[in-house]
Amino acid sequence: MYVYDEYDQSIVDARVEEFRDQVERRLSGALTEDQFKPLRLMNGLYLQLHAYMLRIAVPYGTLDGRQMRMLGHIARKYDRGYGHFTTRQNIQYNWIKLADAPDILAELATVQMHAIQTSGNCIRNISSDQFAGAAADEVADPRPWAELIRQWSTFHPEFTYLPRKFKIAVIAADEDRAAMRLHDIGIQLLERDGVLGAKIFVGGGMGRTPMIAHEVKDFITADHLMSYLEACLRVYNRYGRRDNIYKARIKILLHEIGVEAYREQVEAEFAAIRDLGLDPPLAELARITAMFKGPDFDADAPDTVDRSDPDFAVWLDQNVAAHKQRGHAIVTISLKPIGGIPGDASADQIDLMADLAERYGHDELRVTHAQNIVLPHVRKADLHAIWTALREAGLAEANLDLISDIIACPGLDYCSLANARSIPLAQKIGERFAGRQRELGELKLKISGCINACGHHHAGHIGILGVDKKGTENYQLLLGGSGAEDVSLGKITGPGFDEDGVVDAIERVTDRYVALRERGERFLDTYRRVGMQPFKEAIYG
Amino acid sequence: MVDPITVNTNAGETLLRFRDDVVHDEPAVTLDAFLGQTNATAVRLEAGDDARALLPHLGQIALVEISFPTFRDGRGYSAARILREAGFEGELRAAGDVLVDQIPHMRRCGFDSFAPEKPVDAATLTKLLALYPQPYQKAADARVPVWKLRHG
Repeated sequence: MYVYDEYDQSIVDARVEEFRDQVERRLSGALTEDQFKPLRLMNGLYLQLHAYMLRIAVPYGTLDGRQMRMLGHIARKYDRGYGHFTTRQNIQYNWIKLADAPDILAELATVQMHAIQTSGNCIRNISSDQFAGAAADEVADPRPWAELIRQWSTFHPEFTYLPRKFKIAVIAADEDRAAMRLHDIGIQLLERDGVLGAKIFVGGGMGRTPMIAHEVKDFITADHLMSYLEACLRVYNRYGRRDNIYKARIKILLHEIGVEAYREQVEAEFAAIRDLGLDPPLAELARITAMFKGPDFDADAPDTVDRSDPDFAVWLDQNVAAHKQRGHAIVTISLKPIGGIPGDASADQIDLMADLAERYGHDELRVTHAQNIVLPHVRKADLHAIWTALREAGLAEANLDLISDIIACPGLDYCSLANARSIPLAQKIGERFAGRQRELGELKLKISGCINACGHHHAGHIGILGVDKKGTENYQLLLGGSGAEDVSLGKITGPGFDEDGVVDAIERVTDRYVALRERGERFLDTYRRVGMQPFKEAIYG
Repeated sequence: MVDPITVNTNAGETLLRFRDDVVHDEPAVTLDAFLGQTNATAVRLEAGDDARALLPHLGQIALVEISFPTFRDGRGYSAARILREAGFEGELRAAGDVLVDQIPHMRRCGFDSFAPEKPVDAATLTKLLALYPQPYQKAADARVPVWKLRHG
């Protein structure tokens, strides 16, 4: 894991002081709300329906037990005893008082955490693969590159007032567990002639105009990564649209001028700046990489697991993934209990996960973009003990990537932008399908309560979009999306439904899938083979 | 220069300057006018103007004023860096809706003169300019990035 040195710490400490001063100026009236808004947003502080919401960064989703415990402490001391893990691998609290925000940041700074750039029209928290450093299929750990980008983007003086927010993801495997091509910039590390480099994709995103990122650069080495990204951002900052907030993301710029023209402009900019000494030396990447060396694994750890407990065996098959090291495994802790709120965890549950990481998991945890928590490095021999502790805490739902492992935005229960509720719908779907979800196999369902698509509905095998229809909540159904390496955007089935109607419609869709599927096909595979029509017939008759 | 010098211009503007040469008193012309009459020495760039159009003429320009129609419009930050990266050493002025919290970032992009629409609080500015001990990234100012401090 990355550990701050005196420089990192002094920057985060300065941020606490700066924000404390900004809050004081706001409270005294020296700053208007209009002037304060972009300042607080750059620190993840939103004004929501009921209260301030504070979003805390978990860079590339990685944290240790001490940091996790701090998140539990904040939930207890400053909020209502729980927090909400988000699709950006962050955590947010929904009931924060403005006057407390500086103190919360000061507490976070003691464990090398912050809320820098978790909102606002700037470069946001860098996201990555939750299995980084543990997956057998990666060419390298992507997180040192993500950390390099985190530092470069932190208080970047030129890119703090971009046309719109800017999200970057870094992965290093062919299997995409981070929805990389649905980011403003997606980076995939790969090796060419023995050299590690990056393929750069630009212009992906969800929102009201979903687009898949285009490949803009097929290979860039680490010694010029920052100047290349600087060129990508500068072209966007200069030419991205500022006349319409809904057309201001970089995906619209690429769409309007075309990927070729964008690439030419970036190359021209890159040629002008690549030799200005903007890039850190390779020694800096080496310094960071050394900190991600990973734990010393027990090479003699037994590779077999006692599967005699049937409930445990179900969880093992669903929520435990292969690790690169023999005798070890990757555990995904589901934050999607049937009937619960997707992504929420209580302070006690947060503490328990910190305990498990410290006791069994080399003191490391990850947040996933699907709003679950991962223990990336555990011994197979400890799996039963971990499962037992999770079960006692209500955290052992064996539903990873099944229909009840739902991504849902906070929706109308919390969010001032929402048109419809997401949480009660997620709860109903979980309850309806709990008994047969394993029979349905991998089925990623995602719910957004408005067209801003925070719940990633475009990327759901089944997606649901809440809209306002003449004052009542209405839900449109989409099929065929994916945020993985087989990335695609879902298509709307037809007229929308009320809350119960959409649950019934999903049941008709899944019944039709079971009738149509060929051996080994996931729902998405069947949909791609047979198309929308059979499902439309099932839904609308 | 750490703290600005406050100057009142003949046009009645209050300038915050981080340079001590004489204030250029020729009025700034628009980019179109400048490109049409090449003897002007001061130019005003609107937010959407292409700063690169000035690069062939930098030797004759003493002042570039970059307009910020609203504090949310960040195009001027890139314009400033482009001019500094090309070697421009004249006065680079940010004019318009410039807020005190933005000035430290603008300094890093190469601005050394400010004509904010509304007066900024001097004490707040002094505090903000001294707040961050070192930056993470290299920009258009002389500040040394953290990676350079780490590796020499």
